[in-house]
Amino acid sequence: MKYIDEFRDRETAQTFAELIHAETRSDRTYRLMEFCGGHTHAIFRFGIVDLMPDNLQFVHGPGCPVCVLPAGRIEATIKLAEEHDVILCTYADLMRVPTGKRDSLHKAKARGADIRMIYSPTDALAIAKNNPESQVVFFAIGFETTTPPTAAVLNIAQAIELKNFSVYCNHVLTPPAMAHILSSGEAKIDGILGPSHVSTIIGSDAYKSCCKQYNMPLVIAGFEPLDVIQSTLMLVRQINEGRAEVENQYTRLVTSSGNKKAQALMNEVFELRPQFEWRGLGQLPESALRINNSYSDFDAEKRFEMQEITSSDIKGCICPAVLSGLSNPDACALFGTACTPEDPKGACMVSSEGACAAYYAYGRHR
Amino acid sequence: MSGLDIKNGVIEMAHGSGGRTSATLIEELFIRHLDNDLLRQGNDASAFDVPAGRIVISTDAHVVSPLFFPGGDIGSLSVHGTINDVATSGATPLYLSASFILEEGYPLVDLDRIVASMAKASRDAGVPVVTGDTKVVERGKGDGVFISTTGIGILPEGIHISAERAEPGDAIIISGFIGDHGIAILSSREGLEFETTMLSDSAALHTLVAAMVEIAPDIHCLRDPTRGGLATTLNELARQSSVGIRINEVEIPVRRQVKAACELLGLDPLYIANEGKMVCICPEAAADKLLAVMHQHTLGQDAAKIGIVTEDDAHLVIMQTAFGGQRVVDWLAGEQLPRIC
Repeated sequence: MKYIDEFRDRETAQTFAELIHAETRSDRTYRLMEFCGGHTHAIFRFGIVDLMPDNLQFVHGPGCPVCVLPAGRIEATIKLAEEHDVILCTYADLMRVPTGKRDSLHKAKARGADIRMIYSPTDALAIAKNNPESQVVFFAIGFETTTPPTAAVLNIAQAIELKNFSVYCNHVLTPPAMAHILSSGEAKIDGILGPSHVSTIIGSDAYKSCCKQYNMPLVIAGFEPLDVIQSTLMLVRQINEGRAEVENQYTRLVTSSGNKKAQALMNEVFELRPQFEWRGLGQLPESALRINNSYSDFDAEKRFEMQEITSSDIKGCICPAVLSGLSNPDACALFGTACTPEDPKGACMVSSEGACAAYYAYGRHR
Repeated sequence: MSGLDIKNGVIEMAHGSGGRTSATLIEELFIRHLDNDLLRQGNDASAFDVPAGRIVISTDAHVVSPLFFPGGDIGSLSVHGTINDVATSGATPLYLSASFILEEGYPLVDLDRIVASMAKASRDAGVPVVTGDTKVVERGKGDGVFISTTGIGILPEGIHISAERAEPGDAIIISGFIGDHGIAILSSREGLEFETTMLSDSAALHTLVAAMVEIAPDIHCLRDPTRGGLATTLNELARQSSVGIRINEVEIPVRRQVKAACELLGLDPLYIANEGKMVCICPEAAADKLLAVMHQHTLGQDAAKIGIVTEDDAHLVIMQTAFGGQRVVDWLAGEQLPRIC
């Protein structure tokens, strides 16, 4: 398949793997954080781990949009769907994420709430147009990749004066999360495989100050397996040479300044929240977006006077440590026993991009 | 006779009442299409002679959305699905029963198409529907049409095909390209329409199975990888036989269009449903002659050996990836959901 097979070529992968084996020094370890769930998924799905030397370890980062959404926000959404009788539109991954009370959107749907899985925010807009008698709410989540599409539908909704459509905005920002992980230093990482699709929007320059401040090598890496393995080699070389630069492996899509049009659209519709709770990372200042005043008519938090709900994660779940790069999923007492994809206790087991799901689905033979 | 207005009519509650209206529906729609000697007798039960051997029975409820999809519809699917389930035992399917749950308001013209398609599938397969039943539920309490079919067949002496018989060293064969049905269905599902030339692979596999059993009576396991796809079927077989399974990604036949659609939607072809494929586990010594026979059959011409059975107390299915690594191929958890980004 064109544009896919080229990036999954076995022989090229072997060549990169041999270089990595040859160039890694035996007197040290290489702890590399793959920032995105997409990377984690590729590492396990294609068996990249098998091609790496023993002293090179992948540490999993927080870049899984479903995983970092705090359970309280899902509880608030369930409440909205059940108490206000709205049509709630959501991305499919969110349906099974458990709250601290072991509830989920899936269960709420089974109880009778009108919750619909959509593939794009424009689907939610179409549902609103087709159901003028109902209030339609789009449960918007994700990093900078999924933010411009949300901005675009808000833009359209305002232009056509759609009265029955609103957005529950949960969009979060990548650089503050990265800065948080690096500032604590607990994860003890030597380099970062940087976000790929996020970087198409925000550009590679967005990480410069953070990497400089914490002296951290970073390579923006695509999600195909050859992208990941080539980026790994680039990181090994930076580490060996004592460099701490922002390098871009994903040049076929990422530029230094990103997608200006998408950025302008985001700036028109959203503003920074003073702080936002991340599952695993806690409250982070200026790390998320909310709908600004000129679009406030479409803000579900205002329209339905939604209250913040703080909820605890399920006891024993170490998703917070996994999302911060402090623990691997198999260190969790619940992993594979009490917590499985069929009966997930934490968000990292639900999302296909979650590290626990990747370990469970692809890596149990190790 | 009052007659059935197939062109403009819809299903009414009276069509399931058992009265004259029911009789008209049965006579003018169901029997008109599915006609055969046994059905025409109009008894509540059909009686027939059976050849020597063990009797095999299997039942399957069919719900599919949309009811009509590229390459088939719920009518043909309900025939193929049950014939295939009977065939997985190595048996020759003989007869089918069919019960219909119809929703009030469903257009008769669409029901007519469905039953006509069912009749064609049944005639083509040589497996008649010899008894049936119809019920009607109120509008909003069904999804147009549900069809439940049961099939019986005869298993000759000496055939013992069963999911717990896989042994370490056995070869694993798939009868052709995987994922066609699921992708054809997805492409026509509301909210996700995308253009593709993919057709469902829905087909009756009993003649293929007959040819396989004839050349290799010692086949250990047969199973049609429907819901949950190839991955789920292999996991079921590994667990039931208390073995491990190793497959090789590059050997698994997947069409380019299916790969592309899966890439786009964040799905894995291994978990996509099939309705015209068979997984076969057989002694390694029988694999080549089986493949040769399968390649002669239109429904097995793309058959491939994809792996082997191993000893493994954890009963894992492990895949050698095309990329050069290894990974577990797990059971499908919940339903396969498209990824967010």
